[in-house]
Amino acid sequence: MTEPAGFSLEVENLTVSIPLAAGTLRAVRGISFQVNQGETLCIVGESGCGKSLTSLALMGLLPAKAVRGADRLTLNGVDLTALSERQMSDVRGESMAMIFQEPMTSLNPAYTIGNQLEEALRRHRRVSRTEARERAIYLLEKVGITAAASRLQQYPHQLSGGLRQRVMIAMALMCGPDLLICDEPTTALDVTIQAQILHLLRDLQREFNMAIILITHDLGVVARMADRVAVMYAGEIVETGTAAEVFAAPSHPYTRGLLQCIPIPGRTRRGEHLGSIPGVVPSLVGEIAGCAFANRCPHAAAACRSEPPARDLGPGRMVRCVLEPGALPQMEPA
Amino acid sequence: MTTTTMAPPTIATEDLACTFQVRQGMFKPKRPLKAVNGVSITVNKGEVLGLVGESGCGKSTLAKMLLGIQKPTGGRILIDGEPLDGLDRKAVARRIQPIFQDPYSSLNPRKSISSIISLPLRVHGVGGPADWERKVKEMMDLCGLPQRAYDGYPNQLSGGQRQRVAIARALVMRPEVVICDEPTSALDVSVQSQILNLLLDLQKELGLTYVLISHNLAVVQHIATRVAVMYLGRIIEQTDSETLFAAPRHPYTRALLDSVLTPEPGLGVPDAQLGATFPNPIDPPPGCTFHPRCPHAMPVCRQLAPRPLTVGGSMVECHLHDPEQATAA
Repeated sequence: MTEPAGFSLEVENLTVSIPLAAGTLRAVRGISFQVNQGETLCIVGESGCGKSLTSLALMGLLPAKAVRGADRLTLNGVDLTALSERQMSDVRGESMAMIFQEPMTSLNPAYTIGNQLEEALRRHRRVSRTEARERAIYLLEKVGITAAASRLQQYPHQLSGGLRQRVMIAMALMCGPDLLICDEPTTALDVTIQAQILHLLRDLQREFNMAIILITHDLGVVARMADRVAVMYAGEIVETGTAAEVFAAPSHPYTRGLLQCIPIPGRTRRGEHLGSIPGVVPSLVGEIAGCAFANRCPHAAAACRSEPPARDLGPGRMVRCVLEPGALPQMEPA
Repeated sequence: MTTTTMAPPTIATEDLACTFQVRQGMFKPKRPLKAVNGVSITVNKGEVLGLVGESGCGKSTLAKMLLGIQKPTGGRILIDGEPLDGLDRKAVARRIQPIFQDPYSSLNPRKSISSIISLPLRVHGVGGPADWERKVKEMMDLCGLPQRAYDGYPNQLSGGQRQRVAIARALVMRPEVVICDEPTSALDVSVQSQILNLLLDLQKELGLTYVLISHNLAVVQHIATRVAVMYLGRIIEQTDSETLFAAPRHPYTRALLDSVLTPEPGLGVPDAQLGATFPNPIDPPPGCTFHPRCPHAMPVCRQLAPRPLTVGGSMVECHLHDPEQATAA
């Protein structure tokens, strides 16, 4: 890992709690990570693990009743927790931007593509309409949209799903952010379009030297996109490492379980049973005693009733499990 | 899976078509949209036919016609050699049942699990209440649902359990064919594998025939014995699963397979080189409808639609594999 040159996002002990009638829902339970310039961090997990709330917490876009807490939440050294709502909205779009899963619901159907793109820039910079328009055309071309100038007059419903997602990406890039947060950016798209959009994100990242946080449930996307991976389960990060490390030697039983659940041509044979993770995610209302995965874990033992240690397995490599690394049986190589 | 050559296939379609009349503007005349355009497939007993293609290619319309809930505008469907339009709705439903993508919207939230699963029995008037209870409990067992869910409601169940209810409902009449339309797309990875395992077990146990519609090619490769690839309303390649995944012949099939992201780090994101976007099905390109996106397009592809070329059990519609075009080119 190189020394963080200019940009970095540092998160320490981030929590998101939502008070409910039945108690407090601890959706994100103390996670820490760091993202450096030009790097892609993939946060992977199943529904309800808190990965989307994490991204909203970073952007300061949590629902009103959700409570964010953090020991440290800094972007380029600026403490985000200390900013007012107004200052935060200056940071959003300018230094960090976000694209969502469903491009149709995140574009305003009543405004043209051009309006929405230009607004993204003019909200933050004192630029003329013409300059904003030029920037919009430049970026639409960058994201691979042909006849960009004529697209500016179009409305979102006139575009296909893949094009809309490209427009969303262009909009997020209008101010040249240092950090792009992508929440399931290709889940709603066809495989062919998915590959194109991911390709595009990679190219743009290189060109603009952005950091990307990519949130997904798709292990294929993680493997192909991530520099580093954080696996989330029940509001906690249970394993981190480089993509190569995590896929070659998954050290948390949950990560292993996930990898054994998916059919992989060449490794799984047709018609054979796939691995599965029995049971369900525990309720996150109130405190969870010990390891949250214990009730579904094939290796659960008495020790799992107390808080599992975060084992340091090297720089940027962590696993939250009572098991010694190496205690798990070898997985078949891919 | 081997069948005697004499037995008719469980499902056969002959030149099946479905054209919708679509209005594009308030004062514009309606125009035809050929959602399914001359599809001939055969599915033999015990086979799993995987149906793949991008959204809007006509997969779901084809599935609806097989279920008898969408009337074809051309061609015909044969079930065990009998034409489907000669059968009434109930007779079709006894033989063919669907499983849908979203178990949250496909179950009535106000009905108990027992009443959801027993509905087909009651509609068809099979046996009395005592039989229903026995059959429902048997089916719940087979689908891995706990007996305590019998009097429960869908909101008490997880997504995976809901999909199990949908499967139990589809199978309670013991149909021959199950049309699975994206059965695991709405589910989490760990639940998806449980449902796929269940579908595989049930197929063996009950001798079912599946038509599996999925955009997840890894899932199709894992379950399907035959695969049909659809593009703009036509089947452009159809062959057994091993051949298709090992040696795809149509450039579109190859592009689809190349786009699949297997969990292998370090390989990067593939470039499928399908530059142009999916064409508007109302204005399909002339000639081969795939030619604007095809990296191997020849002049003839712009003018002449390719004919189906059948060798053995494999079919492909592409000029590249047509000996007549190869000699001309």
